[in-house]
Amino acid sequence: MTESISAEATVQEVINTLKNKPGALLPILHGIQDALGYIPTDSVPAIARGLNLSRAEVHGVISFYHYFRDTPPGKQTIHLCRAESCQAMGGKLLEQHVKTRLGIDFHETTADGKFSLEPVYCLGNCACSPAMQIGKEIYGRVSTNSFDAIIDETEQLA
Amino acid sequence: MSITLYVPCDSSAVSLGADRIATAIAKEAQQRGIAINLIRNGSRGLYWLEPLVEVITEAGRIAYGPVQVSDVVSLFDADFLHGGAHKLALGVIEELDYLKKQQRLTFARIGKTDPVSLDDYLNNDGYRGLSNALKLPQADIVKAVTDSGLRGRGGAAFPTGIKWNTVLNTPSAQKYIICNADEGDSGTFSDRMVMEGDPFVLIEGITIAGLAVGATQGYIYLRVEYPHAHKALNAAIEKAYAAGFLGDDIQGSGKAFHLEVRLGAGAYICGEETSLMESLEGKRGLVRFKPPLPAISGLFGQPTVVNNVISLASVPIILDKGGDYYRDFGMGRSRGTLPLQLAGNIKHAGLVELAFGLTLRELLYDFGGGSASGRPIKAVQVGGPLGAYLPESQFDTPLDYEAFAANWTVLGHGGVVVFDDTADMAALARYNMEFCAIESCGKCTPCRIGSTRGTEVLDEIIKGHELNKNIPLLRDLCNTLLNGSLCALGGMTPYPVLSALNHFPEDFGVNDKSNAV
Repeated sequence: MTESISAEATVQEVINTLKNKPGALLPILHGIQDALGYIPTDSVPAIARGLNLSRAEVHGVISFYHYFRDTPPGKQTIHLCRAESCQAMGGKLLEQHVKTRLGIDFHETTADGKFSLEPVYCLGNCACSPAMQIGKEIYGRVSTNSFDAIIDETEQLA
Repeated sequence: MSITLYVPCDSSAVSLGADRIATAIAKEAQQRGIAINLIRNGSRGLYWLEPLVEVITEAGRIAYGPVQVSDVVSLFDADFLHGGAHKLALGVIEELDYLKKQQRLTFARIGKTDPVSLDDYLNNDGYRGLSNALKLPQADIVKAVTDSGLRGRGGAAFPTGIKWNTVLNTPSAQKYIICNADEGDSGTFSDRMVMEGDPFVLIEGITIAGLAVGATQGYIYLRVEYPHAHKALNAAIEKAYAAGFLGDDIQGSGKAFHLEVRLGAGAYICGEETSLMESLEGKRGLVRFKPPLPAISGLFGQPTVVNNVISLASVPIILDKGGDYYRDFGMGRSRGTLPLQLAGNIKHAGLVELAFGLTLRELLYDFGGGSASGRPIKAVQVGGPLGAYLPESQFDTPLDYEAFAANWTVLGHGGVVVFDDTADMAALARYNMEFCAIESCGKCTPCRIGSTRGTEVLDEIIKGHELNKNIPLLRDLCNTLLNGSLCALGGMTPYPVLSALNHFPEDFGVNDKSNAV
């Protein structure tokens, strides 16, 4: 209960701070996702009110962009690159390994809530393929072994 | 006197452990009681040598790489702080062939300086272009850019000066500059390197564009996948405001220009300029019909310049040294330099800035050193996910917009992704269709439906089902996409798909080479 009240307050604060910017919707959605990890469905009416938009318009924007999510992510989100350069350096094998190791597919979260897995189409790290991002940390020349080591380390820190 | 050394803060270098190496070097120096001045520079773009550490010595900047944390103690033991011999020693960085053979204009400072130090920027020719621009009438700034022959480096290669001229001559109380930093093309990273490695050059270029056309507000539309670039840009913008290079009165000229970074949200289509403007306005990134051109009715319906990062970052040197200086590099109608990005299965992956005109083969072998795996290179995709795959028979194509177009290939943003002979071209073609389906904005039918149907047809082809029917069906569908799509996403997905089919029919289970260009 307290959690949802504080989430609501956070959403309102983000809206109030940013709503007067020209084209404020994306900055607001980023602000909310940065603070809460996702954009709760029940924040849509408040956003719509703040910007004088319909709820449908706000929902339309959230659902258009791959980065925005309306469900809580795992503690860590892994963005694994699927693009050509990473494919040229064994990205497909790595992708299979990552899915097997975590026991999930893209757009899913592990049962223990530790990791979410999302595809990404280029991290601009193409000279060091294959690449992935965990949170804001970027990793290059990822192998199945180095992936396991990174996950082991992340799990210990968690 | 403390010793100055450099460890890159570039995100690719960081992805290979540069932060840990910087920490380890600082700690080891402290333990040994040696005073050092550790600067985080941009990357030189020699990525197979990253993390690359440089030390200032009497002989010049001596490089060591690729450095791992476990090498740090032995580097100190070898007295690397005075350029001592070590198995990772590479000699004076600027004497390395890979760098020496380049013509770095846009990338002149990257790797040399601290990216977010305004003093470093000013001490290395920074803001000389702006200082000249402030003394010129608007039309003369535009003329310098037109004379330089600069064409949009985002991929479409439209002459930058002509675009600016249209905005200059469209009267309006409010005009905008948008820097398209949604570098979504896979295999490209030159925009990222500029934003992380020399953000001031981009800020200067955008400011000059604003002065030239009479815009007072600029936006950098940055992809969310680039958090390091976001941080560097914001730090540099803050310093530029504090020093009067941005704001209401730029360097006492009475002219105003404001700049803000806005983040995208993982939509490839927002790299298309009209979709980008919709996104900046806070909407779904649906592509707009053209006309009206953005230069006449763009962001919030006002005249707007939309330019790529590299285009804008090339403006300061043009205003500093003159349009003629820049135009004297290059070939044919492709003037100046293009920062090429060597990626994928290549031994020496990295950034190669060169005047237009080198052949792809020279780039792949003289700079790239062949494949990383040591196997033969089978195909090279140039120009991002909407660029064609080139087989070995096309490797002698000069890197020039027109020469590429004549081959039904795309130079685009200069991304070069290399595949060795283990690549399955049918699987790649399927991926390109799938990518189009995932990223389609949905506004036009050929792209929205065609990409999904194309993925399904390719699945059938990969299974070997009814090839005599499905291959003509795929060609027919590609024809619809090519001619019926609203923008380049649907309109160019056939480039990789058909080039794969035409040049590598055996991967699709057929032997028909008749369509190879």
